[in-house]
Amino acid sequence: MIAGMALVTFSIRYVMFAMAGRIRFPLWLKQALTFVPPVVLGAIIAPLILMPEGFLDISFSNPYFWAALVAAGIGFWRQHLLTTIVVGLVSFVLLKWIMS
Amino acid sequence: MAHVLPNSDPKPRATPASNSSEFLQGAKATVPMIIGAIPFGIIFGTLAESSGLSLLGAMAMSLFVFAGSSQFIALGLLATGVGPVIIIATTLVVNLRHLLYATALVDKVSHLSHGWRAILAFGLTDESFAVVNNRYIERTDTNRAHWFFLGSIVAMYSNWQLCTWLGIGLGELFPDMTNWGLDFAMSVTFLGMIIPYLRNKPMWIAVISAAVFAIVLRDLPHQLGLVVAALSGICIGYASQQIELRIHLSKVANNQNKGSQL
Repeated sequence: MIAGMALVTFSIRYVMFAMAGRIRFPLWLKQALTFVPPVVLGAIIAPLILMPEGFLDISFSNPYFWAALVAAGIGFWRQHLLTTIVVGLVSFVLLKWIMS
Repeated sequence: MAHVLPNSDPKPRATPASNSSEFLQGAKATVPMIIGAIPFGIIFGTLAESSGLSLLGAMAMSLFVFAGSSQFIALGLLATGVGPVIIIATTLVVNLRHLLYATALVDKVSHLSHGWRAILAFGLTDESFAVVNNRYIERTDTNRAHWFFLGSIVAMYSNWQLCTWLGIGLGELFPDMTNWGLDFAMSVTFLGMIIPYLRNKPMWIAVISAAVFAIVLRDLPHQLGLVVAALSGICIGYASQQIELRIHLSKVANNQNKGSQL
């Protein structure tokens, strides 16, 4: 499994460098690819944050949701990754402690 | 050169004199990224065992795959009992964004040997891309820039190995660490990474629809929901970008028509 993951990851990163400009993507594909990073990351975290127990939960007893909301607020305000992460983590720990 | 020649450029040149100073600058420029990656790497190490990955497996993954987000996702999939084929396929989808990074940098490395290009490609993480791409934008002296690139990669790589190893050790010392809710660290890191992209409506639409699809389709077998949600989000985002473009173009055309009538 690890060998497969390593191979796949390296191939994605290397194929363009190996061909060194001999591949040209059509414009539509280039434009579509710009959506890939945030869309994939968003699809990964949405269930983790909004349904930690396996069902949609935006009640006060879901610390994942509220901590994410705080982190997003800080993220848009400060535009600084490390601040977002630290504030998000601290509020998560606090919320979990309050709720327990 | 310590002394300045009389006819030389009056401004001191920012160009470093040697490969090693480029290398060091690359490493230095990567330090903020490293600080962000430290908790990430440690948490990966601590979560490995409880997800069903051996300690050796966790270390091997960091050594050979060297892609933080897909390593985390692999752990999540392993914990839910998903097989290796699905994990490898998911790795492919999740890491497709690196194809974009390589596309952006390919013209800068095309003069290098295949060995160099392979090493630089291996280390093309989100973080090193951000740092190296910035250097190419800010400075035009690029004949030694591959040493800068290498410096950034070596710094990221050694830190990632160290943190994975540390995390494995901490996980052994505090077996209940997995109950501390550290899984939220990955969510909040990804959340922070999404924010800079949300600068226009199509991107918002793409991310929100991917999130909705991911929630609705969560119970599909083999985490297929993630892949379907990502592909749907990309299509919807692209479509709304095209629609926005058409509307914009027709507005411009209308304004020009009005202008010519006056």
